[in-house]
Amino acid sequence: MALLEVRDLKVSFDTPDGAVRAVRGLSFDVEAGQTLAVVGESGSGKSVSTQTITGLTRGATVSGTAYFDGTDLITADQSTLRHLRGARIGMIFQDPLSSLHPHYRIGWQIVEMIRAHDSVISKKDARKRAAELLTLVGIPRATERIDDYPHQFSGGMRQRVMIAMAMALDPALLIADEPTTALDVTVQAQVLNVMRRLQQQFGTAIVLITHDLGVVAEMADEVVVMYAGTVMERAPRRDIFYRNHHPYTQGLLASLPTRSGERLTPIAGSPPSLISLPKGCPFASRCPHVFDKCRTEAPPLADIGPRHQSACWLPVQASEAIAS
Amino acid sequence: MSDVLLKVDNVRKEFPTHAKEVVKAVDGVSLEVFKGETLGLVGETGCGKSSLARCMAHLYDVTSGSVSFEGTEISALSRRAMRPIRREIQVIFQDPYGSLNPRRRVGSIIGDPFAIHNIASGVARKRKVQELMELVGLNPEHYNRFPAEFSGGQRQRIGVARALALRPKLIICDEPVSALDVSIQAQIINLLADLQRELDLTYVFISHDLSVVRHVSNRIAVMYLGKIVELAPTDELFGQTRHPYTRALLSALPVADPDTADSREQIILGGDIPSATNPPAGCRFHTRCPKARADCATAEPLMIAVLDDTDNHRTACHYPLTLGEDLSTAVPDLKAS
Repeated sequence: MALLEVRDLKVSFDTPDGAVRAVRGLSFDVEAGQTLAVVGESGSGKSVSTQTITGLTRGATVSGTAYFDGTDLITADQSTLRHLRGARIGMIFQDPLSSLHPHYRIGWQIVEMIRAHDSVISKKDARKRAAELLTLVGIPRATERIDDYPHQFSGGMRQRVMIAMAMALDPALLIADEPTTALDVTVQAQVLNVMRRLQQQFGTAIVLITHDLGVVAEMADEVVVMYAGTVMERAPRRDIFYRNHHPYTQGLLASLPTRSGERLTPIAGSPPSLISLPKGCPFASRCPHVFDKCRTEAPPLADIGPRHQSACWLPVQASEAIAS
Repeated sequence: MSDVLLKVDNVRKEFPTHAKEVVKAVDGVSLEVFKGETLGLVGETGCGKSSLARCMAHLYDVTSGSVSFEGTEISALSRRAMRPIRREIQVIFQDPYGSLNPRRRVGSIIGDPFAIHNIASGVARKRKVQELMELVGLNPEHYNRFPAEFSGGQRQRIGVARALALRPKLIICDEPVSALDVSIQAQIINLLADLQRELDLTYVFISHDLSVVRHVSNRIAVMYLGKIVELAPTDELFGQTRHPYTRALLSALPVADPDTADSREQIILGGDIPSATNPPAGCRFHTRCPKARADCATAEPLMIAVLDDTDNHRTACHYPLTLGEDLSTAVPDLKAS
């Protein structure tokens, strides 16, 4: 059994304009010690789905299951979730500045986090642990800087503090939502390196949410490509890049700037509204290979190879021919 | 491609802080922008690329040095004297949400340049605006809509249309695609390329995203802490990288190709960019450079052609990289010998 098993997750938000169906039947597994990258563009539902799993979407209508180590996170009560979050499931978000309290010292915030989950640890030991964690994520002179305030840290250092907090209690799963999007590339490389190292050291599973296919190629074991609240394609990393099937995956890769400076191939149009989704495949209106069936019937996520699934009516061979 | 359109000569731009210090955002930059080219300007947060761009467009007064456009010095011109030249130099900004007034209709936003410069009014203006909308791929019938009714990519097209209104010669694009999703980003990059060809435009293209800059630029200038550290034709910058910082920047760029990602050399720089109020002496990069030596900390390197490079390729480094040199195993040695 996988560490995390999400099945048919649906999340919608009521708005004055109608229900926004942000996630529409999402299923995926995360194996222990592996990195699953969830990739998609703005509004694809990639962040909402993991926020829902960790109980952070208040006021949403949620259905489906998400079993983490035998506990269904969707139906779990707040106190169970509060125990799991932090202790067993660590989280890092895009903006490290707004995730740290500006009025409290870095060390205090980490100590507080450790003591919230460990009632027997002494303040002194927790502080020692905090300093160790800061060293672990590569903060220089950690024993001095532990008493700094967040504003005294640079963006990259703050994100490393967030990783230190997320890893403080040796969680089995780390959810990283665009952890390096706000960072410069050289700092991003440092942070990704820290995440990779910690994963090897502690065997943590990572769900990495990103829009950056470069980060996916560097970090992922498995990849889920999301569009309009649902999975378009799911496969091991190399298959997503070299043997992909779904026209949306192909479109994303073709949109990337190339070395050669040749003309790019963008995906025409823009994503559909999640309030009034068209019938059929959500990508139909932008798909270069669309045919009648796509407009009337949404394709299911079907097996097309080992560990490889795609939600597209195109036969496997036809898609390969088009891609080459 | 030898006609110089814009020349930046030893430009400095300082900003006072309330602690009575100065941030040296741009600290002695010289470069030329040739007619018809795209000059890429890359660097990380706080390296001064946007400040330099604003000095180029005379949106900022320079602290010292000069900027000249087609031979006319513009950095000291008054607003009034700048006006005719303003028509020739336009800017496209990053944020397609923040750079358009949400309460004004798109037609009047794009028509502003015509009104300000007294070029067309009434029906003539509307016709010109609709032509522009068509040119950038917007539906001219959406003339009366508000910015909020457009998607991010469409709003960036509005920004492009506004910049094109007065048929400028030079467009400074300040992170024009950074806020957009990749599929939309590609649409805007293609649009800018088409317009450059059709309208004979020159671009200065600023981005923190090296893969975008590589795609669009003929030449690229790499900035670090207010200075240009390397300036070269795009292929040379990538194929014959001389400056250790450029190499580190290239190696940090995630590549959307698993085979390359698994096999390439990665240089992880230590530490963070130092403060621009008190930059390191000597070469500014010496505090993080994997191959720094004692003299890097004292003597500032000049922008020159190094090794067997031609004058097109200039680098500010005492110990430039040779072809195939492995930087990932280099160790700094700052002790004086």
